[in-house]
Amino acid sequence: MTQTTLTRKIWMALTGLFLCFFLVIHLLGNLQLLLPAAESQLQFNAYSHLLSGNILIKIISWVLYASILAHVIYAIIITAANTRARKVKYHYDRRGSASKWYSRNMGLLGTVIFIFLVIHFRDFWYVYKFGQLPLDAKGNKDLYTLVTEVYSQGWYVAVYVICMVALCYHLLHGFFSAARTLGVYHPKYVRWIKALGWIYSVGICAGFAFIPVYVHFLK
Amino acid sequence: MHIRLKIWRQEEAGSPGRMESYELKEVNEDMSFLEMLDVLNEQLMRQGVRPVEFDHDCREGICGQCGVMINGRPHGPLKNTTTCQLHMRSFRDGQEIYIEPFRAAAFPVKCDLKVDRSALDRIIQAGGFISVNTGQAPEANTTRIASPLAEAAFDAAACIGCGACVAVCKNSSAALFTSAKVTHLALLPQGKEEAQDRVLHLVNQMDAEGFGHCTNTEACEVECPQEISVLHIARMNWEFNKAHILRR
Repeated sequence: MTQTTLTRKIWMALTGLFLCFFLVIHLLGNLQLLLPAAESQLQFNAYSHLLSGNILIKIISWVLYASILAHVIYAIIITAANTRARKVKYHYDRRGSASKWYSRNMGLLGTVIFIFLVIHFRDFWYVYKFGQLPLDAKGNKDLYTLVTEVYSQGWYVAVYVICMVALCYHLLHGFFSAARTLGVYHPKYVRWIKALGWIYSVGICAGFAFIPVYVHFLK
Repeated sequence: MHIRLKIWRQEEAGSPGRMESYELKEVNEDMSFLEMLDVLNEQLMRQGVRPVEFDHDCREGICGQCGVMINGRPHGPLKNTTTCQLHMRSFRDGQEIYIEPFRAAAFPVKCDLKVDRSALDRIIQAGGFISVNTGQAPEANTTRIASPLAEAAFDAAACIGCGACVAVCKNSSAALFTSAKVTHLALLPQGKEEAQDRVLHLVNQMDAEGFGHCTNTEACEVECPQEISVLHIARMNWEFNKAHILRR
């Protein structure tokens, strides 16, 4: 299939929206960390065990890895083509006043998120899958203790929160931009999607940022 | 008014250019921006210097010829205004004004502030038309088009092809221009016949000319002299997706 500027954006939109959907599920799972300590530990570990054993979840997780990779690869291809398209710079450039800064810096925000993902995978995903974790009272791998230990470091929580701010701006533009790429042109629904995008982005990122802060100060 | 100018000077396509400084001592604030350039050129010719070349035609804001970058923004500091409709009262006495050609790989500079925007013409040639046997004019009410629909199509057709959307875009994307053609014809019954082929041809030509991807920053709508809505881009995407999926 020949690739046009529009088909590349469709791939960005579809993979991005799948990642948006994943974030909702991920946040809902993480909210279990806010339960009282003893209950939270058993429930969170049991939930993690349930996810790692399920074939359906396994398939979704492969789609997830593929989506992250495709999103990054297409971003690089698109950015390279855009760099060729603009070629010569202006001596005096005030074009920024006509648009929002985060809409122009999706690549930069995306890079911050990607670096965060690498750290995130190394600290939790890799350790859970391939590392040696002690077992809890019910015999499940004790991911809960690992998470609370990592979140007890102040600098880690600070970096986490900063990354969530970057994610928030990325989603703020990405959510509505994906809808536009897929072709939502009706003015009424465009307004709704912009509002929904705000609620979604702020809700997701505030939720994710709140968990480590809560664990750090109150557990 | 006393005005200091920094203007891009380039002998011809492909030759290296540079920013040159000029001064105008007595500029009337009621002059249009292009009249100010006329005054500069008279001054340059008296001094035996080659005048600054720039595109212009109607000087009424409807032809789309006169686009230049003024202080880092296409058509200058005002929103939704062409360069010819910008007046010197929008600047301060003693202000330094940078004037540069529209920049994009698809818009090669021909000389000074003149750029070759024929890439936009070739996009229109690729599909911005309807194929019908003309012959005698048909009875006007044979094809009924409700007023709101005609108005919506005209909103898109109002594009004057000045290229400001490309110039302001961080990716030099021509999505707003191309989508205006798509919407204009897709809305009307006469254009529906070829809607599927048209959008594919237009998008392919847009890509072949070397324009970038649309990132939906919406800066194009802000600078467009005709206030062409970015929702046309959404409709182009919709028409393209539909055509792409249904194509045999």
